[in-house]
Amino acid sequence: MSSGLVNLAYLVAASLFIFGLKGLTHPRTAVRGNLLGALGMLLAIVITLLDQNIIGYGIILAGIVVGGGIGAVLAVKIKMTDMPELVALFNGFGGLASILVAGAALLEVSVLQGTLGAIALNAQFSISTFASGLIGSVTFFGSIVAFGKLQGKINDGAIRYPFDQAVKILLALIILVFGYLMVMYPDSSSPYWIMVILASVLGVLFVIPIGGADMPVVVALLNSFSGLAAAAAGFVLFNSVLIVAGTLVGASGIILTIIMCKAMNRSLTNVLFGTFTVTEGGPSADEVYGGKVKSTSPEEVAMLLEGAKRVCVVPGYGMAVSQAQHAVRELFDILEGHGTTVEFGVHPVAGRMPGHMNVLLAEADIPYDRLKDMDEINPSFKQIDVTIIIGANDVVNPLARTDPDSPIAGMPILDVDYSKTVVIIKRSLSPGFAGIPNPLFAADNALMLFGDGKKAVEGMVKALKDEIG
Amino acid sequence: MESFAMVFTIFVLAAFIGFEVIAKVPPTLHTPLMSGSNAISGIILIGAILSAGAQHTWLTAGLGFAAVVLATINVVGGFMVTNRMLEMFKRKD
Repeated sequence: MSSGLVNLAYLVAASLFIFGLKGLTHPRTAVRGNLLGALGMLLAIVITLLDQNIIGYGIILAGIVVGGGIGAVLAVKIKMTDMPELVALFNGFGGLASILVAGAALLEVSVLQGTLGAIALNAQFSISTFASGLIGSVTFFGSIVAFGKLQGKINDGAIRYPFDQAVKILLALIILVFGYLMVMYPDSSSPYWIMVILASVLGVLFVIPIGGADMPVVVALLNSFSGLAAAAAGFVLFNSVLIVAGTLVGASGIILTIIMCKAMNRSLTNVLFGTFTVTEGGPSADEVYGGKVKSTSPEEVAMLLEGAKRVCVVPGYGMAVSQAQHAVRELFDILEGHGTTVEFGVHPVAGRMPGHMNVLLAEADIPYDRLKDMDEINPSFKQIDVTIIIGANDVVNPLARTDPDSPIAGMPILDVDYSKTVVIIKRSLSPGFAGIPNPLFAADNALMLFGDGKKAVEGMVKALKDEIG
Repeated sequence: MESFAMVFTIFVLAAFIGFEVIAKVPPTLHTPLMSGSNAISGIILIGAILSAGAQHTWLTAGLGFAAVVLATINVVGGFMVTNRMLEMFKRKD
């Protein structure tokens, strides 16, 4: 097949990716969009298999069977609560594949004394290979650390050590030196592999200091990197579809990163290298809560709900941890059957990845038009009779609005305190990631329902069934 | 496609299209967007297939094989899990 035809087929594949992503702009067209993307991928793969340089199909077939099997099992078995881990893992695999592809291309071109088809050993080739290996390594090892933190296998706090910024800068400079060596000695592959090892260390150091609640930003950013690594590999191989597809993913991850940062009122630099320290000042937990916290029972909440016309549920990471989404669905059904309007207020950074809460609620069959984002639900809280918060803390802390010295000052929050009654389901009064007490818990219209999210909601459901049948 | 300017043009234009299209994805679909883009970044499979299939040396074939496995996990796993999630959003329509 001529290279002109191959490139035209790649253009069709790239267009299918764009149409596919466009489909994701609405839940109704999203399934079709995803299938269009898959079709584009199939086309790109089939066209590539016809390449005249391919002399053996055994290895390729074996790789596709093994990888396809693993991928299918992961996709079918994964629990929806574990989606952040799966996405982190996939980000990492993409990065590692880019390291290997760029490394193999470098070896091939060296073996063939300088040229391979359109690819030649020149500065552009070396720089592209460097970029692919660097971004790929940071993505892979950063994702592995993120995966470990999400799984709870690595301390998900913000791990800091003396001179950590200086260490990273020094490492980055050494990596640049090896990039320079790659350009100077383009037919030697050792600078590349040494650089990959150094960049791997950088990837670990990059994610280690980032705390659990900032994971949505990191996962989105690594998602972007995995795409950019593929795009860089496209520059190595002069392959248009690699560049287009990789860049689309890069753009997608960057957009999500920006949305997440805005939702925390923090800059990306602050999240990645920042000094998000727990402040000493501000009122202590005892001053905020002392004698003012009212505890309640599922039966009491059920009575409140029975009289409510409009109810809002605010899910947080606690809902994912306790797997409460199906119990929430039962509560939704009973209340809706009783004539109560139930909506869901979802903060953009609730959970451990962008859209985490929406997927869990969709899994539990909650209609997506009941899921309201922050800007949509905030003006309605004054008309809401009961707001139920399940395992969320900092995203509903009114200090963000009222205390300019607070570490979360200016962060957009859900204005749950404006609703008539707020019920907070939480294990204890312990602070969230920001490490500060939440005056909402002591507010006049707030009731604390201490306990596990799922058990508490199940308790409400049972009490409601007893009351209204 | 020999010239660097050409491929760089493709890169920049793709970035513009990406920003335009993806900025319109609603927050509800952000997780499927991420897993779907995992699948699309599996496009590195193309490069992996070329390395594994050309078999210039045992080493490059081995690297290519490993890359094919990893990239296929992303492609198959990514599209399948995205489909699984999107079906959950769809059936309430």
